[in-house]
Amino acid sequence: MATEKRTASEKADFKRELTEVVPHLRAFARGLCGRADMADDLVQETLLKAWAAQDRFQPGTSMRAWTFVILRNAYLTDMRRNRFRGEYDETVAERVLTAPAGQEEPIHLSDMHRALLTLPPERREALLLVGAGGFSYEEAATICDCAVGTIKSRVGRARAALNAMLAEGNIPKRSIDDNAAHRAILEELDDVAAGQGGGRN
Amino acid sequence: MSSDTPSNPQRSAAGGPPPNLPHGDKGKDPDWANGLKQLYDSVVEEPLPDSFQDLLDQLDTKN
Repeated sequence: MATEKRTASEKADFKRELTEVVPHLRAFARGLCGRADMADDLVQETLLKAWAAQDRFQPGTSMRAWTFVILRNAYLTDMRRNRFRGEYDETVAERVLTAPAGQEEPIHLSDMHRALLTLPPERREALLLVGAGGFSYEEAATICDCAVGTIKSRVGRARAALNAMLAEGNIPKRSIDDNAAHRAILEELDDVAAGQGGGRN
Repeated sequence: MSSDTPSNPQRSAAGGPPPNLPHGDKGKDPDWANGLKQLYDSVVEEPLPDSFQDLLDQLDTKN
């Protein structure tokens, strides 16, 4: 392992860039785990890990993408330990709901967020990255360590599921609390984790 | 009475084309797609709790 020592100015740059992405980390985390307090814990954990790994960050590359990978992996690990149950934070969405002005048919963001949280994690994260974070399919594939086609298919399925739920108003209240749903999510997580770090060609 | 919900004069009866739909990049984005961005952006724009800067400052002084 090449552990080059960074200069003071490189360290300062790292800190500045890391600070700049914190709002994005919070947004991504909140979309993933649904609760503001847990999301912020996740961001703190991400910052600690990113700091410890800073020698592995390549200056000039995207800090946002790099830290999203760390956050995502921390989330998956925590999720397996059952720390997050994808609980929905009503206050978050309510605050957001007051924001939109001049929108034709204000979509109920609380519904949307709840629907989002019922998606399997890998579809949810794919949709968050592409649909909210503005990452390209290619960037999202790098973050999730999978093929571009896989990301496209996950985003497509996520969109279809949200369309179905939101169009029909058929949003489960708290399906994550449901044991079967939770087990299904954990199984999907196993798949995600199995594909991660394997570096299969 | 819901005085704080503005009435919507532009709602057309039988699904006429929406007046000012932003040109979606890939065909049509459903309504919620914009909501998804709003959800994300609203968190990005939130004032940042001090705890994050404090944490980074702590880490910085340790090393």
